[in-house]
Amino acid sequence: MATPLLQTHDLSMNFGGVRAVRNVNFTLAEGELRCLIGPNGAGKSTFFKMLTGQLAPSQGQVLFRGHDISRAYAHQIARLGIGIKTQVPSVFDGLNVRENIWLAASRIGHRDEARRLVDEMLERIGLTKAASRMVGQLAHGQRQWVELGLVLATDPKLILLDEPAAGMTHDEVFKTAELVREINRTKALIVVEHDMQFIRMIAKQVTVFNQGSVLLEDNVENIMRDPRVRDIYLGKQAAA
Amino acid sequence: MTLVVQGLCTGYGRIPILNGVDFTVDEGEFVGILGHNGMGKTTLLKALMGYLPATGGRVHFAGDDITALEPHRRARLGLGYVPQGREIFPGLTVHDNLRMGCIERRDAGEDEIIANVLEEFPRLKPLLNRIGGALSGGEQQLLAVARCLCGGPRLVLLDEPTEGIQPSIIEEIVETLSRLRVANRRLTMILVEQNLDFIAQLSQRILVIQKGRITQEVRPDALRDANLIGEFVGIAT
Amino acid sequence: MSGRSLNLLGLLLVGVVGLAFMFLTPRLAELDTVLDLTVYIIMAVLALSLGLIWGYGGILCFGQSAFFGLGAYAYAIAMFNIGESTVPVLLAIILPAAFAALLGYFMFYGRISDVYLGVITLTVTLILFNSVNSTAGPNFHIGAARLGGFNGIPGIPPLNLPGDKNAVIDLEGMFYLSTASLLLTYFGLRLLLASQFGRIIVGIRENERRAELIGYDPRAYKLATFTIGGALAGFAGCLFANWGNFVSPTIFGLAQSAQIIIWVIVGGRGTLIGPIVGCIGIQWLSAALGANQPSGGSDLWSKIFANAPLILGSILIAFVLLVPKGLVPTLAEIVLSLFRRGRRSEQRGLEPQQAE
Ligand SMILES: Nc1ncnc2c1ncn2[C@@H]1O[C@H](COP(=O)(O)OP(=O)(O)OP(=O)(O)O)[C@@H](O)[C@H]1O
Ligand SMILES: [Mg+2]
Repeated sequence: MATPLLQTHDLSMNFGGVRAVRNVNFTLAEGELRCLIGPNGAGKSTFFKMLTGQLAPSQGQVLFRGHDISRAYAHQIARLGIGIKTQVPSVFDGLNVRENIWLAASRIGHRDEARRLVDEMLERIGLTKAASRMVGQLAHGQRQWVELGLVLATDPKLILLDEPAAGMTHDEVFKTAELVREINRTKALIVVEHDMQFIRMIAKQVTVFNQGSVLLEDNVENIMRDPRVRDIYLGKQAAA
Repeated sequence: MTLVVQGLCTGYGRIPILNGVDFTVDEGEFVGILGHNGMGKTTLLKALMGYLPATGGRVHFAGDDITALEPHRRARLGLGYVPQGREIFPGLTVHDNLRMGCIERRDAGEDEIIANVLEEFPRLKPLLNRIGGALSGGEQQLLAVARCLCGGPRLVLLDEPTEGIQPSIIEEIVETLSRLRVANRRLTMILVEQNLDFIAQLSQRILVIQKGRITQEVRPDALRDANLIGEFVGIAT
Repeated sequence: MSGRSLNLLGLLLVGVVGLAFMFLTPRLAELDTVLDLTVYIIMAVLALSLGLIWGYGGILCFGQSAFFGLGAYAYAIAMFNIGESTVPVLLAIILPAAFAALLGYFMFYGRISDVYLGVITLTVTLILFNSVNSTAGPNFHIGAARLGGFNGIPGIPPLNLPGDKNAVIDLEGMFYLSTASLLLTYFGLRLLLASQFGRIIVGIRENERRAELIGYDPRAYKLATFTIGGALAGFAGCLFANWGNFVSPTIFGLAQSAQIIIWVIVGGRGTLIGPIVGCIGIQWLSAALGANQPSGGSDLWSKIFANAPLILGSILIAFVLLVPKGLVPTLAEIVLSLFRRGRRSEQRGLEPQQAE
């Protein structure tokens, strides 16, 4: 079997007495699209932070294409090809949209190439007209798009999306789902989201976190039907 | 009449966002606001709370003209606001965050208020001693709503309270808010939401905002009609 | 007019005004005035060094005077030992830069938080002040140069044209050299900031975490910025030692460190013209105020630092409260908005404004 794109072994994170992530063994194949769901505080964002070098794991390993990256710096991991859209949009608020995307694009391409990449990306995230607007002044949903554009412009091999649909209107949620599927043609993704409609639009395989551990992993239909998942996460009306 | 908004205009610097918003909300009413991103939903709530100065129009609350009042004075009059993006005190514990919410209360003891609110938000109980900034996204959102209720507001302004909250807890919040309405018939609420189910379950009327104006008013059951929704918020079908 | 052409116009304006100032002043003004202006201009180079690392790099350094002082002392000591100024000038740049690099390495790679960064840089400055201050007496010397402790080092040999010990640069020459240095520094920094490097350091200032997550190492960029700032401050120190032929530990003092920060605050962070305007304006004001003070001594130092602290302090507070962005950015905003208003009346309502 080929080496998986991403693998974690017994990955754990403790904050003092809080065991936010506990012994997670997770595997993602090249080109896979995986959804990650689970209750508030289940450890999903903490898991992402360890994958991207923002937190050093208390225990365990992260292997990216077979290389141990558990102790690597965030910028090194970014250069290896993991990009992340964080839960609270993290963008350059004091700069305009174009400059935001340019900063990302210019890491992989120079001058004309970066400029071409920026134009292409602005078109793709639908912000060409807003290119010279200060990002800090944009609506929440638009800042999410800027962040997505930033991440895509660095051309990562694996993209982590932490609640990409939050703060987006219904048509934007649809657009985001379409974009995710399109990205998945060339890249692997892990998507965290609480919007089940969105999950249904994109998901094949779903991993459920609960209290820091993997509760189960299955296809989306089985997950939605699972009584445990309903109990801890989806609630009564989930059947609808 | 609880809230009367007449011809309200505001914006950021020289960029106008609201161009004459008119509506009234009666005491005890729950009203939802729908609209595309960038149409001024958040701006409207900020202007009602006094974080943005009105450049035109009037706002009356319970008979008083509050158009030029500062945010903390409005809070004292009974306006409670949960901003988008969960602005809690990141350096304080969950318990201290809740205590901050009680500061203006004169009618009951702090411990009692907090105990009551925690009954409605049991998920916060085990987190009381944790630092606010260390909470997960959804936990922070819950805390923001709970803290607002600690202040015993008469009019609650909620900006996307379900953002980042797991489905079962959204149901719990709907139940909590419905219960509060039953318990206190004078509690009034204005709700900005993308989650159509949530807004349909809680609101009696829904105002549609377009290009800085309220252009329509619909009943919550209209939200079950996909065509109509497409018109208001543009669902790609 | 687009942002770009406005930018070019600004550059052109600075160039023309700068050159005119440089060539006309010695012809029109008394030697006294030229001498005063020279020190203002030298200090403006120092202000620019902080303008770069604080205004663009987001690194609030309370110890810019450490590099300034090191530059001055390095030049003085090397000059007494060598006698020809080429190597001393280079040393006055390289030594402070190396010191900044070393200090910066520990601060940035040790991930010291911003507040501690301020404390550390301030402490380093005070340590330097105290150590140099206590080197009075003949046994403290480096080669032929006596350090002189609190008395400082007088009679520092002046600069000469590279390679020719006897072609000494005179007072008017110092004015030309300083002004040219300031202009070069200004345009050099403009180039630097327009480059990829410059845009990345601004990105890091805006959101360090995001910069990391797209693959830039903030530590390395901050270190480079800090080092360039150290080199510039050192160079200013070298010019300064030349201007008065004298250097003393006061150069490391708290007052000096605070002054540099005040120049940048008043002029405006995030611009290059701002620190220059703030620096020259405040020095001019200090001198004007100092001239009315009977108690002010008549040595060089009191001439430079003679100030009515109360009045200056009030000005600073007024600025922080009323013009928090600083003079230049605020003026630019006013001019731009007048300009836009003029234009908008012609094309109002073409584009619906959106925001939330
Ligand atoms: N720095 C920290 N110190 C202490 N506890 C922390 C810290 N960071 C996170 N936690 C706790 O760890 C748990 C997991 O948090 P995490 O943000 O990973 O949850 P999540 O699954 O992303 O939740 P959500 O869906 O609400 O975003 C939470 O209970 C949180 O309170
Ligand atoms: Mg999370």
